[in-house]
Amino acid sequence: MAETAPLLEANDLRVTLRNGTEIVRGVSFTAAAGKVLGIVGESGSGKSITMRAVMGLSPPGSVISGSIRLYGEELVRAPERRMRALRGSKIGLIFQDPMTALNPVITVGKLIAEAVRLHNPGTSASRARQRAVELLELVSVPQPEVRANQYVHEFSGGMRQRAMIAMAVANNPDVLIADEPTTALDVTVQAQILDVLKGLQDRFSMGLVLITHDLGVVAGAADDGIVLYAGKIMGSGSVRGIFFRPRHPHTPGPLSRLPTIAGEQSRLEPIPGSPPLLSARPKGCPFHPRCSMARDACRTDEPVLRRVDNVLTACHFAEELRAGDSPRMNAEAERA
Amino acid sequence: MSIATGARAQWINSLTLRPALAIGLMIVGFWIVVALTIDVWTIYDPLKIVARKLQSPSLRHWLGTDALGRDVMTRTLYGVRYSLSISVVVVVCSVVIGSLVGAIAGFFGGWTDSILMRIVDVTLSFPPVLLAMAVAASLGPGLQNAAIAVIVVWWPVYARLMRGQVLDVISRDHIEAARAGGASSYRLLTKHILPLSWTPTIISATMDFGQVVLLAASLSFIGLGAQPPSPEWGAMISDGAAHFYSWWVAFGPGMAILTLGLGFNFIGDALRDILDPREH
Repeated sequence: MAETAPLLEANDLRVTLRNGTEIVRGVSFTAAAGKVLGIVGESGSGKSITMRAVMGLSPPGSVISGSIRLYGEELVRAPERRMRALRGSKIGLIFQDPMTALNPVITVGKLIAEAVRLHNPGTSASRARQRAVELLELVSVPQPEVRANQYVHEFSGGMRQRAMIAMAVANNPDVLIADEPTTALDVTVQAQILDVLKGLQDRFSMGLVLITHDLGVVAGAADDGIVLYAGKIMGSGSVRGIFFRPRHPHTPGPLSRLPTIAGEQSRLEPIPGSPPLLSARPKGCPFHPRCSMARDACRTDEPVLRRVDNVLTACHFAEELRAGDSPRMNAEAERA
Repeated sequence: MSIATGARAQWINSLTLRPALAIGLMIVGFWIVVALTIDVWTIYDPLKIVARKLQSPSLRHWLGTDALGRDVMTRTLYGVRYSLSISVVVVVCSVVIGSLVGAIAGFFGGWTDSILMRIVDVTLSFPPVLLAMAVAASLGPGLQNAAIAVIVVWWPVYARLMRGQVLDVISRDHIEAARAGGASSYRLLTKHILPLSWTPTIISATMDFGQVVLLAASLSFIGLGAQPPSPEWGAMISDGAAHFYSWWVAFGPGMAILTLGLGFNFIGDALRDILDPREH
C-alpha cells in the first residue's frame, strides 16, 4: 500500500472514566503492517481500556484525549458512524473468552456470515455462508461445513477461539487486536491459537496487536512490546530489548520468576504487593511501593519515558539495571 | 417407552411429564373451541328471553335463567368471546408497548432510561384496579375503552421486565463482540439482545392472561366494561349479585372466570418451569 502514515498509531492517549479516574495516562504506540505488537501488563494496568479506546468502545461517559490514527485518520473524535464502518472491517477484535463472546443462540456459521454481510451488504446469504465455511477452514477448524451449522456450546474451547478469529478476520482487517486471546485456553491449545494468529498475520500482512499478561506469549510471538503499569508505559521497544535486557525493575520481576524446565525447583515468587488502586495512585513512580530499588526520588518524581540503549523506559535508575541482575535473564539473553 | 431426546421431543415429554400443563392446555383449548364454534351448536340465543325469569337449574336450562329469563349457560358460553378477545388484545398490546419501552430504556440508558422508567414507576404506583377504573371512567363505558384502560395499567409491568433483561444481556461479552464487529444499535437490539430477552416476558404474559380476564370482568362488574345486554362474565356476575339468592345466575360466569384463569396459570407455571434454565 502506498500510505506513508503508519498503520495504527496512538499518541499520548488518555482515558478518564466517568468517575474521574484516569485509567490510561499517556500511552503511545505504533503498530505496523506485518508486525506483532505485544501489550503486556498486570490486570488493571489499562491494556484492555486502551484497546477499547482504539475501537471506539470506551465505557459510556469516559473522556478520551490524545490521538489514535489509522492510516493517519484520527479516530479519537471520529463520528460513531465512521467508527462503525471501521469496526470489523479495518479493525478486527478478538475477545478473551470465546464462550461468552460468541452469541449462544446463533449458529457459528451464521455468526461469521453476519460479520461478512455487515460490511458487504450486497452479499447473498448463500455466498456469505460459503465465505463463513472458507473462513472456518482458514483457521483450521476441521469439517468446516458441519461445524458451521453448530452452536457455540458444541465447540471446544480452542475451536471457539478459532471461530472467534474467523469472525474477526472475516473482512480482511488491516489491524487485528487480540485481547488476551489465549488466557481462557489450556497451554497446548494456546500454542495452536498463536500459530493460527501468526499464520493469518503473515499471510495477510496484518498488523497484530496482542494484549496479554503472559510474558511468554509476547516473548515468543511479538516483534515489539510495551509494558503497561497503572495506565502508564513502563518500557517499550523490541521484545528482545525490553525482556532480555530490561531497563525497568518491573519487567525483570515477572520474567526472572518464570519456572524453567531444567532449573532448580524454587518457589514461584510474584512481585510483592499488588498493583495500586487507580483511584489512589501513589505519588512519584507508580511502581515504587513494590520496587526493590525504590529510593527517595522514586517517591516524589514521576519518571518520564526516556531512551536507554535501544529501548524506552520509565525508570529513574534504568542505567543501574544490568542484565546480570537476574541469573535467569542472563541465560535467556545468551540463548537469544 | 424410552424418553426421546432432541428439542421437539423434549417439548412433548414435558407435556406428558407435566399434568398441570396438559390440564391447562385442555381448559384453555376447550374455551377457544367454544368461542370459535358456539354459533353452530347453540340451542338458545344468548340475548333472547327463552323462559320465565330466575328459574333454578334444570334439564332444559342447565344453569337456570337470569333475571330476564335468558339462559345462563348459553350466555356463559358466549361470554368467553369477550374475555378471550379482550385478554388477547390487552396482553399483546401491553407486551408490544411495554417491551418496546423497556428495551429502549435498557439499551440507551441515561436520560431516556430515567424518563421512561419514571413513567413506569408512576403508573405502577397506582393500585391497578383503581387506575383502570379511573381511565375507563374518563373514557366512558364500553368494552373497547375497558381494554384501553387495562392496557394502560398493564404495559409498565412488561417494560420493567424487558428493561431488566436487556440490561442483563447487554453486559454480556458477545454483545460487545457484535459491536466490535461493526453492528449498528438497531441490529444489536433486534438480532442480538431481544432474542435472548423475551423468555420472561413470554412466561409473564401467559400468566397475565388470567389476570387480565379477571380485571376486565371487574370493570364490567362495576358497569365500566361491556354494557347490557352483552353476555359478558363480569356484567353477568353483577346481575347475579343483585339476585343474591338465585345463586345460579352468578355461578356460571364465576366458574367460567375461575376455569379460564386457572388454565392460563397452569400453562404459565409449566412454561416457566420449562424455559427457566435454573430449574434444570
